[in-house]
Amino acid sequence: MGLSNASGDLSTEVEVDAFRCLFPLRFYEKHLLESIRPDARPLGRARETTIALALAKIGSTTMLAAIKMEVMTPSLETPDEGCIAIDFHMPPICSPIVRPGRPAEAAPVVAKQLSDTILSSGMINLKELSLVSGKAAWMAYLDIYCLDADGALFDTALLSAVAAFSHLEIPVVSLNDDGKIVLSEEQGLSDREPVNKEKRKINLSSIPFSLTCVLHKNYILADPTAEEESIMDTIVTVVLDSSSQLVSLHKPGGTVLAYTSAIQDCIALTRQRVKELQKILEEAISGMEVD
Amino acid sequence: MRETAMEVDREDGRSQNQLRPLACSRNILHRAHGSASWSQGDTKVLAAVYGPKAGTKKNENPEKACIEVIWKPKTGQIGKPEKEYEMILKRTLESVCILTVNPNTTTSIIVQVVNDDGALLPSAINAACMALVDAGIPMKHLAVAICCCVAKSGYVILDPTKLEEQKMKAFAYLVFPNSVHSVLPEGSLRVEGEPIENGIITSVTHGIMSVDDYFYCLERGRAASVKLSDFLRRNLQQQSTDSSKAG
Repeated sequence: MGLSNASGDLSTEVEVDAFRCLFPLRFYEKHLLESIRPDARPLGRARETTIALALAKIGSTTMLAAIKMEVMTPSLETPDEGCIAIDFHMPPICSPIVRPGRPAEAAPVVAKQLSDTILSSGMINLKELSLVSGKAAWMAYLDIYCLDADGALFDTALLSAVAAFSHLEIPVVSLNDDGKIVLSEEQGLSDREPVNKEKRKINLSSIPFSLTCVLHKNYILADPTAEEESIMDTIVTVVLDSSSQLVSLHKPGGTVLAYTSAIQDCIALTRQRVKELQKILEEAISGMEVD
Repeated sequence: MRETAMEVDREDGRSQNQLRPLACSRNILHRAHGSASWSQGDTKVLAAVYGPKAGTKKNENPEKACIEVIWKPKTGQIGKPEKEYEMILKRTLESVCILTVNPNTTTSIIVQVVNDDGALLPSAINAACMALVDAGIPMKHLAVAICCCVAKSGYVILDPTKLEEQKMKAFAYLVFPNSVHSVLPEGSLRVEGEPIENGIITSVTHGIMSVDDYFYCLERGRAASVKLSDFLRRNLQQQSTDSSKAG
């Protein structure tokens, strides 16, 4: 029992790290018994979230969203609606398992989930993206780049997409003599009637917010890190919009079966998270507008 | 409370909770270790199982068996929707199979869409489970998949056709463990007061619905999974007695 101080402390520290690598599940379960996680968060708390321009960070997971607008002819079935194309990229910078020749398995899945969520939530009214009915409409290419993948990829990607759309300003364009849409110069210099008078922002209604939880035996851990996601394989993602409607409840398999009580708990945690995220988003937007 | 006595007009004349005619046949492909064809109305899916084969893929855990899913659409190139279906199917089947029995092996499941007339993913999950049974892969229980649609006025219909799926405001694909109600009427093991078959293995929703709508879908889905489990049980028992007669 009487170990000398210097080497004694070092040996216990090495043991903890080794234990974490060799027996990750038991390491976590020791923490769960005390209702805490290795990073000192309580089970139901998400990591610190910040939004700066269109860079969203939840804990260490960082995503950058960028929107490029192009003019295109709308389809025949929807002549007065624009279009949004959403793509999610996981470049090798984000994680050691992604290599240039080996694309991440999660990337197309998250891209499709994002696309479905944003389009079905009705956050953006596609009619706002129309320019000249039947002839020209805006096509918005939303690209989201993952810079650091540390769990809860979908949540951070959705947050950065919402932030990007809140910040988007549609440029002023006008119709020139050939019937093409061109970027207007400053008012006064141009003698053509602009299609839209000034740079305008898109009106966002019913913004979706999401929370990913991990289920393990009777515990529900909110906002998992990549380590937690890899050890405990049952992941539930709940997306609610600002009027508490369920946009998506995504649970792809997993060893733990979700009973009604677990689902209700996840939805309750998501409701709390929606309020937190709404505040963070409002602060970020008002901060940007001051500049 | 929901109006239960609502007369809903569905194009093919079914009631709200009525499923389309189900048909399942196993051992239809000779090279595959296991195969099954599943059809719900006009939606038809073919599943083939090859395995267990030696070795696991690079990122997978070699202490467990690994499951690989390949989804082949009826037409067109493989894109993001197919990758999503593959991921959902893989995770669902991983939770149903006993992965510790054959460590360091890979079982491949190939799903071929023959016709898509609504409820495609649930049909694929059902077909894949039957193919796994045909191949003799050890499983804890079957995965029974059902699709529930929520209409704008709040009523829920089961097993929609493609037209119904597109018209409705939201739908949910739900997968439950199979029910033992018909063989054990007193119920199976209970977890926290709910029988095991009430737990959801997988849930994928599309479109906006209220939280109460979702819980109502779960109820209807559980009731339907009892009927589906009976169908699967009868189908498996019948084909096993046929083969024992032949042998």
